[in-house]
Amino acid sequence: MTTVAEAGSFGAVRAKPVLGHRLRRRSLPYLLLAPSLLLLAAFTYAPILRVAWESLYDQGHATGKSTFVGLGNYAALFADKAFGQSVVNNLIYAAGTVPLSMALALLFALAVQRATRFNAVVRALLLFPSMIPLVAAASLFFFIFLPGVGLFDYYLAKIGVRGANWLGDPDVALWSLIGITVWKNAGYYMLFYLAGLQTLPGEVLEAATIDGCSGWQRLRYVIVPLLAPTTAFVLVIALINVLTQVDHVIVLTKGGPSNSTKLVLYYIYEQAHENFAYGKAAAASLLSVSFLLAMSVFSLKTMERGTHAAS
Amino acid sequence: MRPDVKRTGLVVALLMAITTFLWSTPFLWTLVASFRPETAGGIGMASLVPDFTPTVENFRNAFESGDFVVYYINTAIVAFGILAVQIVTISLAGYAFARLSFPGRELIFYVFLLQLMLVPPILIVPNLRTIVDLGLYGSLLGVMAPYFASAFGTFLMRQTFRQIPRDFEEAAVIDGAHWWQSLWHVLLPMAKPGLVAFSLVSLMAHWNEFLWPLMVLNEPRTHTLTIGLAMFALSTEGGREWGLLAAGTLLVMAPLLLLFAIFQRQFINSFMFSGLKG
Repeated sequence: MTTVAEAGSFGAVRAKPVLGHRLRRRSLPYLLLAPSLLLLAAFTYAPILRVAWESLYDQGHATGKSTFVGLGNYAALFADKAFGQSVVNNLIYAAGTVPLSMALALLFALAVQRATRFNAVVRALLLFPSMIPLVAAASLFFFIFLPGVGLFDYYLAKIGVRGANWLGDPDVALWSLIGITVWKNAGYYMLFYLAGLQTLPGEVLEAATIDGCSGWQRLRYVIVPLLAPTTAFVLVIALINVLTQVDHVIVLTKGGPSNSTKLVLYYIYEQAHENFAYGKAAAASLLSVSFLLAMSVFSLKTMERGTHAAS
Repeated sequence: MRPDVKRTGLVVALLMAITTFLWSTPFLWTLVASFRPETAGGIGMASLVPDFTPTVENFRNAFESGDFVVYYINTAIVAFGILAVQIVTISLAGYAFARLSFPGRELIFYVFLLQLMLVPPILIVPNLRTIVDLGLYGSLLGVMAPYFASAFGTFLMRQTFRQIPRDFEEAAVIDGAHWWQSLWHVLLPMAKPGLVAFSLVSLMAHWNEFLWPLMVLNEPRTHTLTIGLAMFALSTEGGREWGLLAAGTLLVMAPLLLLFAIFQRQFINSFMFSGLKG
């Protein structure tokens, strides 16, 4: 290049800046993406490789030395009853929160879909719980669930019902947390159903009414099937929430009583932060990540469709 | 309207009114309890009826016993700091995806898209180690760093930019503008709705976050509101200071509820827009 330029060829002198310009234009997209890609690599992709790698090692907490243990951490994880229970708890928690909050969300959306002033107020009030931190919700329910004098027991007593030890009874505590989650998320999911309802073709609904469908039939055979993309989208969000939100567990129960509210992420947090069983925490993290990855492979297309429908 | 349709409408409205009232009782209770004077043994604390002369004592005590001012400042630094950096990273990346064609675009886009599912909480354990390695443990910057890039924000900006006709920029380019000039002067001002939507979602997500700051921050002077509130709630355990806890909770929720009341329409639009949190 330089030799040609030194030769003083008129064309080469002109070509040089053009080539530089083209090079700059070619690298521009990558330069624009670089900050984001670097950060995604550092805090999303490298960490996955890191847990995969570190789940194969045992880290002596006292010595700081790590020794290769193969699948030892996974064996220890599956041998740990608390982990098994956290998986079962998480499944119950998912079964208790996801269908119920989604069904309520759909009902709410159907009830307040028309734009009236009354409906606007109702929508806002139903949305309030999803605006506040989960920690704030937990601290509210701390008092609501208080045995004897709490809001629940106080008003239940007025109608002659004896309350339970909402957070202290191993048979009840997980359901209390499920209640908080449903209260917090139903209004949020309602938004997506409201958006979904707006995209439904009016003619189809009208035709169904003219054909003499009852309200229930219309819901069951027309509205719900047409809302399938929205439902798929909300389902993905709800499942992510089930795996990634444990603030209320930390504040209200710390996984107790007798492990009855220990969710998988809380188990991971506890192993890493309190027991310093890093290898086990890494192994459990990798299993959670794999689950999310598997789910994402199945839902990426649906999600893109859902976002288009929502926007 | 047929009379039976009208009747159904009334029944639905009544049912919704009752449901909404029940749904709002935790908030009603907070409001009533935070202004209630301290009662002996906490009896009657659960009542939703404001049968007392309101007092601001609980709020004063809350401010004195928790370092709420410090928590407010720290939370604001975290939430707005993350947002400021995100706006830069998502605008640049969104522009690249929306307006430039280059080899590997599809692949890189999927790298971004996948991150929508691999939400940060699932990676707290390895990310904490990275933060320690970077020497950011215990600092607010350590809390913020993992969120500086946002796949969701990039996705949103890409969609927003794509909806803007190219003619506007072409006019600017003919006038001799560089890409950053057309991004800054033409695209970004027109992408304002998308930016507002993203900002509201991002601010709320990070204002509300708890587990990650709890793991990164190790001393009270760096604590955020959610950590402060959790400590507050745990120290109230067994005590009679329910009014105090109610006041503290109200203080944490107030900015969000206020923001929501003001920007209700934008909030609702941005959440429908988003689905996933910033």
